[in-house]
Amino acid sequence: MSEQEQKRKQRTERSTETSDLTEETSVATPKAEQLKSDLDDLLDEIDEVLEDNAEEFVRNYVQKGGQ
Amino acid sequence: MAIPKVIGVETEYGISGGPGRDPILASSILVNTYAQQSRTSINWDFDAESPGMDARGFPSLTSLAPIVETHLANTVLPNGARFYVDHAHPEYSSPECRTPIEAVLYDLAGEEVLRRAVLSGNTTLTPDDQIVVYKNNSDGKGNSYGCHENYLLNRSLDFVDVVKAMVPHFVSRQIICGAGKVGAETDVGQATSPPFQLSQRSEFFEEIVGLETTLKRPIINTRDEPHGDAERFRRLHVIVGDANMSQVATFVKVGSTALLLAALEDWGASIFPASPRQPVRALHQFSLDTSLETTVMCDDGQQLSAWDFQDQLWELARRYANAKDTSSVGDEHEVEEILREWREMLDGVRDDRAGVADRVDWIAKQRLVEGYAERHNLGPTDARLRAIDLQYHDLRPEKSLSNRAGLRELWKKSEVLAAVFDPPTGTRAYFRGRCVSKYSDQIAAANWDSVVFDLGGDPLQRVPMMDPLRGTAALTQELLDRCPTAGELLAALDA
Repeated sequence: MSEQEQKRKQRTERSTETSDLTEETSVATPKAEQLKSDLDDLLDEIDEVLEDNAEEFVRNYVQKGGQ
Repeated sequence: MAIPKVIGVETEYGISGGPGRDPILASSILVNTYAQQSRTSINWDFDAESPGMDARGFPSLTSLAPIVETHLANTVLPNGARFYVDHAHPEYSSPECRTPIEAVLYDLAGEEVLRRAVLSGNTTLTPDDQIVVYKNNSDGKGNSYGCHENYLLNRSLDFVDVVKAMVPHFVSRQIICGAGKVGAETDVGQATSPPFQLSQRSEFFEEIVGLETTLKRPIINTRDEPHGDAERFRRLHVIVGDANMSQVATFVKVGSTALLLAALEDWGASIFPASPRQPVRALHQFSLDTSLETTVMCDDGQQLSAWDFQDQLWELARRYANAKDTSSVGDEHEVEEILREWREMLDGVRDDRAGVADRVDWIAKQRLVEGYAERHNLGPTDARLRAIDLQYHDLRPEKSLSNRAGLRELWKKSEVLAAVFDPPTGTRAYFRGRCVSKYSDQIAAANWDSVVFDLGGDPLQRVPMMDPLRGTAALTQELLDRCPTAGELLAALDA
C-alpha cells in the first residue's frame, strides 16, 4: 500500500471518530435546528463577503467561450 | 481484463481583470509569472498533437477540427501537469493519475497552482487590473468553457459500444455531480425560465456524438488522440461535466465513470441500460428539473428519470465490483468508497438533500441561493443571487463561498501543497515531472508522450513515453535518483 493510501485510510478512520462525536452532540441539538443555525451563520458571512455592487459584478463577468 | 483507467482532469478557469480586460493577456500573465516563479519553464511540444483525428475511424469532413494555438503561453509543471492558455482561459491539465482519489488530489493541486499564479501575476499589476479566477463553466451570458475528464481505454473496445454504454451515465450523473446554476442562458434553457438548474454545462450541448468541443458540443466527444500507443490505447475525452468545488463530487464523478468503463471493457455494452431516445433533450430536461421527477422515453420503451438511470448504473457497478477484480480503477478500499459515496449521494438527492449538502455542489449552492433570497426577500432574477453563484467558484479564500459552505474534504491542505510539486507515482507523469524538476536546464520541451532533451552540441534527444503506465516511480525512481545530469540519464536509458 502506498504512503498516500495509508494516510487516506488513517484520515477516514479519524473522520469516522469525528462524526461519532457529532452524533453525540446532535442528541442535545435536533439536526434540523442545527442545520438552520448553520445556514444562518453562513448567510451572515455571505452578507459580509458578497461583492458590493452585485449588479455591476455580474454584468462585468463576461467570458469568451472555450472548449 | 479491463486496463488500468489512467485518469486526467483538465479545467479551463474563468478569468476577470487584467490589463485592458483582455482575457488572453491576463491568462498569459498567470502562466508566465507562475512559470518564472517556480523556475521551471519547459515548453510544451506540439509535434504529437492531432486533435482532428476522429474516434469513429475517419477524418471528419463535416465538422471543424479544434485549433491548437501554439503561440500562447504553455508550460509543464514539476507535478507532471500542463499549465497553459487555451483559447481565452488559463487551463490546468492534471498529470495522469492512476486512481480516482488521486485525480481529486491533482485537481486540487490545480486550484492551488491557479491561486499561486494569481498571487504572483497580480504583484505585477495595478490595483485596478487585479486578476480573479473562477473554477466554473459559464459566464451566465451564453459562454461556456470546460472541465474535461480523460480515461484510458483498451483500443479493442468498439467506439459504438462506448457511445451506447456511456450516454445514460453522461446524461444522468449531473443529479449528483452538477455544480448548479442560477437561471439559464441558452434558448433551450431559457424556454422554461428555471430559477435554478443542476448543471453549469448541460444546456450548452447540442449533439450526441461529434468531434467539436467549442461549437455544437457533443455528449460523447470523438477526439481520437490517445497520447500513447494508438495500437493499444484509446483516450475517452469526456467534455460533458461541470467543474466541481466539492472534492467528493469530483471523486464520485470520476470514480463512477471509471468503474462503468471498466465494466464495459470486461462485460460489454449489452448489460447497460438503454439510452434515452433523445439524449440531448434528456440532458437538458434533467438539468432543468431540480425536483428530479422528469422521465424520458428510452430505446427499449421504458420511461426513466435521471435518478432511475443512476440507480441502475450503480447496481451495475456494484455487481461488477462484487464479481470482478477492480484493480483497474483502484484498490478494494477505494472502490468501496466510490460505491458508498455514490449511493449516499443518490439516496440523498431524493430523500435527504440537507444530508448531502456537504458533498453535492448543486445542493450546497442552491441552499445558499434560496436561503439568501428568503432572508432578503429577493426575486429569482436578482443580481445578488447570480453573484452568489459566481462567488461559489471564486478561488480566493477570502471571497470563496464554496469554502464556507461546509463541503467535506478528502485531502488535507498539506497533501494538496505537496501535490503541486510532486508527481503521481503510478504513471509516466512521474518520469515527466521528475525530469522537469531535476533537469529543467536540459529539457527543450515535453508533452504527454515524450520528453525532449537538449544536451548542447548534439541533436535534440526525444525520450518517448507511449505507454502511460511506464515511467512510474517503481520503474524509474532509482534511475532518476542516481543520475545527476540529463546526459547520464540518457546514457543509462540507452544501456
